[in-house]
Amino acid sequence: MDYYLNLINTIGIHTLLGLSAYLLILTGQVSMAQAGFFGIGAYTAAILTVIFEWSILSAIGAAMLVSGGVAFLVGFPALRVKGLMLVVATVAFSEFARMFFYNVKWRVIRDGAEIGPNGTMGFPEIRYFSDNGWLNWEVTIFIWIFVVIVMALIWWSDQTRIGAVLRAVGEDELAADSTGINVTVVKVAAMTAGGVVAGLAGSLYAHQVTDLDHHTFTVLLATFAIAYPILGGLSNVFGTLIAVLFIQGFLVEGLRFLGDWRMLLFGALIILAMNIKPLGLFDNQTIRILRNALGVKRRSGSV
Amino acid sequence: MLEIKALSKHFGGVKAVDNLDLQVTKGEIVGLIGPNGSGKSTLVNLVCGVLKPTSGEVMFENHSLAGQVPSTRLKNGIARTFQNIRLFGGLTVWQNLWVARNSREDIQSQSILNRWLGSGTALKSEIETALEFSNLADKSDVLASNLAFGEQRRLELARAVAAKPQLLLLDEPAAGMNQAEVGELEQRIRSLREQGITILLVEHVMQLVMGVTDRIAVLNFGSKIAEGTPTDVQNNAAVQEAYLGHSDQS
Repeated sequence: MDYYLNLINTIGIHTLLGLSAYLLILTGQVSMAQAGFFGIGAYTAAILTVIFEWSILSAIGAAMLVSGGVAFLVGFPALRVKGLMLVVATVAFSEFARMFFYNVKWRVIRDGAEIGPNGTMGFPEIRYFSDNGWLNWEVTIFIWIFVVIVMALIWWSDQTRIGAVLRAVGEDELAADSTGINVTVVKVAAMTAGGVVAGLAGSLYAHQVTDLDHHTFTVLLATFAIAYPILGGLSNVFGTLIAVLFIQGFLVEGLRFLGDWRMLLFGALIILAMNIKPLGLFDNQTIRILRNALGVKRRSGSV
Repeated sequence: MLEIKALSKHFGGVKAVDNLDLQVTKGEIVGLIGPNGSGKSTLVNLVCGVLKPTSGEVMFENHSLAGQVPSTRLKNGIARTFQNIRLFGGLTVWQNLWVARNSREDIQSQSILNRWLGSGTALKSEIETALEFSNLADKSDVLASNLAFGEQRRLELARAVAAKPQLLLLDEPAAGMNQAEVGELEQRIRSLREQGITILLVEHVMQLVMGVTDRIAVLNFGSKIAEGTPTDVQNNAAVQEAYLGHSDQS
C-alpha cells in the first residue's frame, strides 16, 4: 500500500514540476532552471519546519515566495538569451543552486539531537508529517489538493486572454511586440510563476521523502521537468499529467519487472511516442477522439 | 503626424536608409515605392521601433519616438503589418485579434482583471465586427496557420487595426494577391481611412499604389528620389530610370 501511495505522491509532485515548465514553454522559453527552483523550494520549506518549527502551510507559502523571487531575478538575464543559450544559462543556474545546498551546513541542537541541513551529508530527518501524526494517505491527499488547485488555475488561465498572450509570445516574439504585447513583462511573469510552482513542488517533495540529497536536483530532474510538457503536448495541462503518468507510472515503475532492460526500453518508448504523436500524447487529435467517444459536442463560438 | 527627419540606417557599409526626410499628415494615404533593396522595409522597421536608427529621428505627433520599443509605439498609435506574414499560427483567428487589443484606450477603459481575462461583451462584439470587416466571420475558431494565404493577409490587417492605431504601416500588403483580392484590399484601405486612420503604404503592386494613395514617395538606395501625386511620380524621369534603367542614347 505504501508503495502505491509513494508512487501517487511522486506522480503528483512531478506533475507540479512539469506544470512549472509548461508555463515557460508556452512563452517559448526552454528552461533547465526548474531543478534549481525545486531545490530552493525543498530546502527553504524544510529549514522552516525543522529549524524554525513553522507549520507546514506557512513553510510552503514562504518557500513558494522565495523560489518565485529567485525566478523573478533569473527572469531578467534570461531575457537576453534564447534557445540553446537559455538552456545552457539555466543549467548553470540549477548547478549553482545545487552546489549551494551541497555546502549549506546549519546544525542546531534540539531535544538533545542535532538537526538541520548537514552539507555534503544531505538534509535528513524532515519529520514534520510523522511528528504531527499524519498518516501516509493523508499526506497523499494533501499533495494532490495542491496538484488539483494548480492544474485548475493554469487550465483556467489558459482559457482566458492570459493563456493566449503567453502562447502569442511563444509563437512569435517580434509579432507579439509589434502588436503591443510587452514581451519583457510576459516572459518574466511566466518565469516567476514557474518558479512559484516549482518551489511548491519542491517543498512538498522535501516533506514527503523526509531526507534531501543534492543529487536529486541535477540536470536529470530539469530534463524531466521539460520532458513532461513536451511529451504530453501543450494543448492543455492534462497533457503534462498524462506524460507524468506515462513516464513515472508506466516506464519507471510499471516496467520495473524488466530489470535493466527497462532503461533501454525507456528511451526507445519516448522516441516512439514522440514519433507517433509529434504534438504530444494529449494533442488536439486525441482530444477529438475522446470527445467523439464520450459524445461530447464541441463548443461552438469562441474562447 | 509622422515626421521623419534626416533618418539614416547603415548596416556596416550599406546605407539602407540614407538621410531621409518624409512627412505624413493626418488622414493621408502615403505610398512608398522603390526597387527591391531600396530601404522601404528598413524604413518601416525604423518607424515602428524594430530597428534603431544610425542617426536622425522619427517624430510622431510632435514627440520623438527615440528609445521606444515596438509595444510602446503601438500604444502611442503606430501599428504595422509584415511583409512576410507573421501571425500567431498556433492561435485561432479569434485569439489573434484577442491578444492584439492593446490600444491605450482599451488599457485605460478596463480594470486590470477584466483586461487580463479578456472578458466583456463590448470586447466580444468589437472583435466580431473586426472579423466581419475582414470577411473571416466563419473562420473564428480556425487556427491561423490553417488559413489560406489571402485570409492570412486579411487577418494580419485586422490584427493591426485591433490596436486602434492612428497611423498604420502596411508593408507590401498586396504581395502574392490576385487582381480580385487587390481590389478588395483597396476597398478595405479606403474604409480604414474613412475611420480616421492615416496610412503609410509600402507596395510593389502599382495598381494599388496608384489607385489609393494621395501622395507617393519613391526611394532608391535609401534616399528619396521623388515625391508627389501618383501622376507626377509616374511621369518623373528619375523614377523611370530607377525602375527601368538608364535609356542609352548612343
